[in-house]
Amino acid sequence: MSHSRQVLALLSSVALTTGLLAGCGGGNSNDNGSPSASPSGSSGSSAGASPSASASTEPKEKVKLSLLVDNSQDSVNIAKALTEAFQAQNPNITFETETRPGGSEGDNFVKTRLSTGDMNDIFFYNSGSLMQALNPEQNLLDLTNEPFQERVVDSFKPTVTSNGKIYGVPYTSTIGGGWLYNKKIYADLGLSVPKTWAELMANNDKIKAAGITPIVGTYKDTWTSQLIVLADYFNVQAQDPNFAADYTANKAKYATTPAALRSFQKLEETVGYYNKDFLATTYDAGLRMLAEGKGAHYPMLTFAIPAIVQNNPDQIGDIGFFAQPGDSPDKNGLTVWMPGAAYIYKNTQHPEEAKKFLAFIASAEGMAVVAKVSTPSGPFVIKGAAIPDNVPQVVKDMLPYFDQPGMTAPALEFVSPVKGPSLEQITVEVGSGKRKAESAAELYDQDVKKQAQQLGLEGW
Amino acid sequence: MSKVFRRIYTYKFLLPAAIVYFVIFIVPTAMSFFFSLTRWTLSDWDFIGLQNFITFFQEPSLSIGFKNTFIYAVVTCSLKVVGGLLLGVLLTSKLRTKSYLRSVVFFPTLVSTIAVGIAFSMMMHPTTGLINTTLARLGIEGPDWLGDTSIALLSVAFVDVWKGIGFATVIYIAGILSIPEEYYEALQIDGGNGWNKFWNIVVPLSRPATNSVIILAFIGGLRSFDLIWAMTKGGPGFATDVIASIIYKQYQGGFYGLATAGNVILFVFVAALAFPLSRYLSRQEVDL
Repeated sequence: MSHSRQVLALLSSVALTTGLLAGCGGGNSNDNGSPSASPSGSSGSSAGASPSASASTEPKEKVKLSLLVDNSQDSVNIAKALTEAFQAQNPNITFETETRPGGSEGDNFVKTRLSTGDMNDIFFYNSGSLMQALNPEQNLLDLTNEPFQERVVDSFKPTVTSNGKIYGVPYTSTIGGGWLYNKKIYADLGLSVPKTWAELMANNDKIKAAGITPIVGTYKDTWTSQLIVLADYFNVQAQDPNFAADYTANKAKYATTPAALRSFQKLEETVGYYNKDFLATTYDAGLRMLAEGKGAHYPMLTFAIPAIVQNNPDQIGDIGFFAQPGDSPDKNGLTVWMPGAAYIYKNTQHPEEAKKFLAFIASAEGMAVVAKVSTPSGPFVIKGAAIPDNVPQVVKDMLPYFDQPGMTAPALEFVSPVKGPSLEQITVEVGSGKRKAESAAELYDQDVKKQAQQLGLEGW
Repeated sequence: MSKVFRRIYTYKFLLPAAIVYFVIFIVPTAMSFFFSLTRWTLSDWDFIGLQNFITFFQEPSLSIGFKNTFIYAVVTCSLKVVGGLLLGVLLTSKLRTKSYLRSVVFFPTLVSTIAVGIAFSMMMHPTTGLINTTLARLGIEGPDWLGDTSIALLSVAFVDVWKGIGFATVIYIAGILSIPEEYYEALQIDGGNGWNKFWNIVVPLSRPATNSVIILAFIGGLRSFDLIWAMTKGGPGFATDVIASIIYKQYQGGFYGLATAGNVILFVFVAALAFPLSRYLSRQEVDL
């Protein structure tokens, strides 16, 4: 008997140890399947640029700037194009580009670097509420009085402003949040682009009657379930202009503000219009369904366009876009996601060179470089930077909203730092018919409280 | 004198292990007790008393989390005990392919949990997954294994059992093989049949193995996280949230103090269930 005890003790301790090791390794493999950060080599130091190119000025000291970007293919391409174009003009400045994970893993990455004093000279990061969480005054270089800020469109500036100081410049185009739709299905069924929510639901009924999935749901990637609620913010602020300020000050709630509660109600009304396996469908599969005409609508951000261009190049012409309609036809505007920004680390060794690079980014020339490598998902927020004529029709569908004053509004996360982390789980419950809109709004109001307290906001 | 010296002498050998244990286990644990009372970021902290615990207990998904954690631990643990025992008996019997089958049963234990989770979530896809397409060929319409909130947790628990049962079986094989031959001989003399052999000899005398499997599987079930996260991320909605996944989501949201408080709660919860269970089982073993 005692012999068997020993064997068991040995086996148990092996089990516990392996359990420990497995526990350590497991945590990493989460989140959108984003691969872990790996420093990519310095982006081609342009050996070709001969010294004679800078003959006009006296020989300058060689400077190496380090740049941190997220590891999505789009960002890496943009960073590469911008640094190469800049180096061609400034041969004395070279770059070392490093990548980091995206999503909340990336948020922690950036925060850790900043608080350990290990940040790169320049980094690309989100604007809006995520930027506010970086403690900008302590960590970022103040760019308020730089001449290049004059070229930045005013509507962008609040999203990179903290306590009246501006800290960043946009490095890519705006993103629209609304409904991508399949124009072929619309043409076949004789439908027109809806101007009110009721018209949209009527279209959904007709599409359903024709045996086609009206709305593509991709709740396997839970973040996609939030779109109907978040893209409704134009309609919220059109009815209740003070909502963002009151919400930040804990004076307005989703559950008690009718205009805001309506966002959750709209989501609830879409229950039953989704593809049958929407809980197991991924974002990529959803884009394919839309492009191939297996689904008529997909509530999504226009940053999905480059992916459709890449995966279904022949069908991109069939895709259109409209803003999420409200209840009145004359207030039909677009909720806009602002681009991410380039920031300079406060303790950089080379502030002048870094500013020079940001000045290049924030110019029509810089944006033209970006447009060449990355299909714009909307207009740029740099004055004089036009989007190229050859963009797909779906991007052009967005432009009319920008042409009229007051027909666009930034999404709530750009005008208020308060955003709860559980919204995507709550919207999954609403979209799958497990929770009512009213109860979801109350639950979300509780959820945001934690965020406000962590940020130390007044009144919570 | 020499007695005291001998005692110190043995303690010296403990020292390296004790230092490692102290630095990487005791110190962080003590620190986490402190930081659970603060709202902290990587650069500074505010002392806020028990506020984190209050907030954590108000977390709407928490009651689901406690319930799910308990169900998950009980289901996986009991299936591993029953299945492990039966497989253990089978694999100690006079089978010709015994050693081959032993490796087959143990194999899932060696595969990465995340890989298992991803593979099974693809097989459990409601329309294109292997399981439901096979069922469809037999004329059965399979459920949405991971999407239907009433069975999602059980689907994940099933995968956990599939992966973990090999280990339980190995423990049982060791336990059964250590039962002395004399008992079987006595049974033969008394004229017992196969059922008597199983019920009156194997089950009671592999009790130490059973206890090890129960403790390991139960604690493993209580703090289970990786498989659930790989398969459902606690969803749909909050339907398969366990305490560990709730804590992880707080951490992801940047609420470090809250996540620390959650870990302290998980620590107390596991300890409160595991210690009495372990004492009860070991007392039973002595009684035998």
